[in-house]
Amino acid sequence: MVSRAGSLPRYMLQRLLLVIPMLFILLTLVFLIMRVAPGDPVSATVGGQLREEELERRRAALGFDRPLIVQYLDYLGDVARLDFGTTITDDQPIMNIVKENGGATLTLTVAAFAVALFLGVVFGLIAGRFRDSAGDVVIRLLGIATYAAPVFYTGILVKMLFAGNLGWLPPNRATSGFTESDVDEHTHILLVDALWQGETEAVVDILEHLVLPAATLGIFICGIFVRLIRVNVLQTLQADYVEAARARGVRESKVMRSHAFRNALVPVVTIIGLQVALLLSGAVLTERTFEWPGIGSELVRYITLRDYTAVQGIITMFAVVVVVISILVDIVIAIIDPRVRY
Amino acid sequence: MNDRMEPVVSVRDLRVWYGTERGAVRAVDGVSFDLLPGETLGLVGESGCGKSTLGRGLLGMLPEGAQTDGEIRFKGENLRTVSRSRLRDMRGPELGMIFQEPLTRLNPLMRISEHFEEALRAHTPGISKDTVERAALEVLGLMGIPPTRYRSYPHEFSGGMRQRLMIGLALVFRPAFVVADEPTTALDVLVEAQIIRILHDLRREFDTSLLLITHNLGIIAEACDRVAVMYAGKIVEVGEARQVFRDPQHPYTRELLRSTISLSTTGLNYIPGAPPDLTDPPPGCHFHPRCPDAMRVCEELDPIDQELSGGQRVECWLHGPDHLIGVDGRDRLRVREELSVADEA
Repeated sequence: MVSRAGSLPRYMLQRLLLVIPMLFILLTLVFLIMRVAPGDPVSATVGGQLREEELERRRAALGFDRPLIVQYLDYLGDVARLDFGTTITDDQPIMNIVKENGGATLTLTVAAFAVALFLGVVFGLIAGRFRDSAGDVVIRLLGIATYAAPVFYTGILVKMLFAGNLGWLPPNRATSGFTESDVDEHTHILLVDALWQGETEAVVDILEHLVLPAATLGIFICGIFVRLIRVNVLQTLQADYVEAARARGVRESKVMRSHAFRNALVPVVTIIGLQVALLLSGAVLTERTFEWPGIGSELVRYITLRDYTAVQGIITMFAVVVVVISILVDIVIAIIDPRVRY
Repeated sequence: MNDRMEPVVSVRDLRVWYGTERGAVRAVDGVSFDLLPGETLGLVGESGCGKSTLGRGLLGMLPEGAQTDGEIRFKGENLRTVSRSRLRDMRGPELGMIFQEPLTRLNPLMRISEHFEEALRAHTPGISKDTVERAALEVLGLMGIPPTRYRSYPHEFSGGMRQRLMIGLALVFRPAFVVADEPTTALDVLVEAQIIRILHDLRREFDTSLLLITHNLGIIAEACDRVAVMYAGKIVEVGEARQVFRDPQHPYTRELLRSTISLSTTGLNYIPGAPPDLTDPPPGCHFHPRCPDAMRVCEELDPIDQELSGGQRVECWLHGPDHLIGVDGRDRLRVREELSVADEA
């Protein structure tokens, strides 16, 4: 068995092929859960104001009168062609919603993730390095508290303090009205467009709006990072190879940098894949709390309208995103850690 | 034999103890020995007798909370009292350590080349990769590791190869003194023989003094010039390996040798009882409760280091000094019978 470190491409191919069964399982679950939910898509949407014949006609038009297996295969076929369906209530393709509102959600989640990773790494490393100090205890407590607190609750507190009492930052929405009219849309990511066109004022305005929601969501996610990094630093600092490096006279600062930190970050990358799901669900609530014009806000709106196709389409899209990111994470880990390439 | 040579390491009355809730554990309890240049000293004893603590204590690699006393003289400095940064500078170029478990001693995320680069750069900042590679390949060649494996990761090597890599990482500096703590315990017999051969050849290639800690008497016979036998934190006998094996002077050494299993073994011998609790060792000679030759004086007074005519040193009242043993001090304690009865019960 001669397996050299170079088998990375083969490993990547294996991972990519795994996308197919993973997606298949997820899509099946989404489809079944939507069908198991009580009520009928059409009657739920229009609230029983129509006569039975009219309901039947509409069901037939949307294809809900066909056997379940046919609907299922149809659904899989659509997703394969990246068609996530069309909303019942306002006849919009889901892809349009993704295009229009995806930029805002992407901005929010990326910013929140950056906040979470930064806080997680900094506090995790401090807590791990100075174990059982007062700082460590405070960091551990905060890590649990922020994770346990619902996003909308933290969001409201943050809004009250920084937007209400202190008045430093805007409480809601992604921009002040003027920004959107100043910036031409190219990428549908307002921040990128504004930066591209050098609209300094607009950039500042967008960033000011971004701070509170990104911090709220980031703080929610960072608790897991803090605790995970702390434990890993503690473990690697006691690892045999760390002691062996010290026995060769390697400086403590170098031991921390190239052994403890690097090795402690591997499990963190693993957890990032799982965190994406949490991040997306957190984003839905955060967007709602801050009236952020993202996909999450749209999802909540369609849920209240009881628009089954819209909900199914958006959730399917989320599922695809989670699968793709978790595969990317697997590949990144394989690059960092040669042992997983087998 | 080498009386004129200046010892590389000279240990005097070294003590190491750990504070625990039940009191101090005296893991190393007043140990003295010398190690000459290029000499290999084997350190044997049962598990828990303080061998590893002694080995680590010499290089200042004890766990936090360990306290030390005594003197470890190395090239004019006392390793026990030098500053942490001085000690760190000496680890590598002057002092090396080889550990018991080679599988976990290499960072799984770092190539072998990176291990060598890190180690050499710690002491020669700015040393080029080529210079590192040349030095590393030379020492790896002596360890029987082909140059093609230089950029491999640790998981691509077997246990025996990893131990050779560890030895290579210690020897690339050509240190004056190396402690090897049971380097072959985790390996199978054939690999063990290979590692022992490498350690045995060290002297010729590197002129390194080696303290080889083991509980395997066969290894001592194979690879060591002298042997020190440790029991309950003390060195009870030390001398030329052949001499000690042929004619052990301490009852513990004798019993230990009798307990070794070989093809000619007809019955299994073992030393009744267990090593003492180091928080509360027995008074006098720590071995007297298990000793077949125990006398009255043994439980009353600590034995005194005696140099015998063959050059062996031994701490045992059987060898005197007579003037300190009282009138009825040489009366036998009938320990052996009691123990046998207890064993059968």
